[in-house]
Amino acid sequence: MKISIQQQDFDLGAEVKAISGNPKIGAVASFIGLVREVEMTLEHYPGMTERAIGKIVEEAKARWQVMDCTVIHRYGALKPNDQIVLVAVASSHRGDAFAACQFIMDYLKTQAPFWKKEQAAGGARWVEAKDSDDKAAERWK
Amino acid sequence: MKVKVLYFASIREKLGRNAEEIDLPSGVATIASLRSHLRARGGAWAEALADGKLLRAAVNQDMSQPSAAIKGGDEVAFFPPVTGG
Repeated sequence: MKISIQQQDFDLGAEVKAISGNPKIGAVASFIGLVREVEMTLEHYPGMTERAIGKIVEEAKARWQVMDCTVIHRYGALKPNDQIVLVAVASSHRGDAFAACQFIMDYLKTQAPFWKKEQAAGGARWVEAKDSDDKAAERWK
Repeated sequence: MKVKVLYFASIREKLGRNAEEIDLPSGVATIASLRSHLRARGGAWAEALADGKLLRAAVNQDMSQPSAAIKGGDEVAFFPPVTGG
């Protein structure tokens, strides 16, 4: 399992390759979150970010067959179309891989201590958390 | 008995600080009571930590409810609902 909170960009192909080695793996599902339209800065709570994502991954492993998993989340200054987050899950079968990947993302959106500050025309403003994110996490309960 | 209190994002900006050490008064043993205690400072504190404001808290880096217990040596953090991903 790999969890990395970092400023630098990541390469999906390389990360997928790194978790695909086990011959029992038949499926790798991945998600990339990108910056949409605005410049932004991401703040985070060092220590808690790794811990919170670690707990989410452990829960995914308890619920589905997860043979390997990588979560990378960037912080700092990002521009439109920059990659923000990667979740990649390797399983024997696609049902587990797809479900675990979506679960991890839905929980990360409500549990991982990051905060986005967007550059808008009138100045910088903190993004507000969305009800739809809470609802997305709820459906896994 | 001291606790370390951390502030993030818009809370940090409103309060003008990202961390402080606080002597826990007797009777302050939960997140909720710590929040009230800090609110009582008035000014930016009363506003940023107002009852109606939707805030989250963590104790020793675990997301916690207002009723969660805190004790000397703990690391407590107050922050807005998260917006990562």
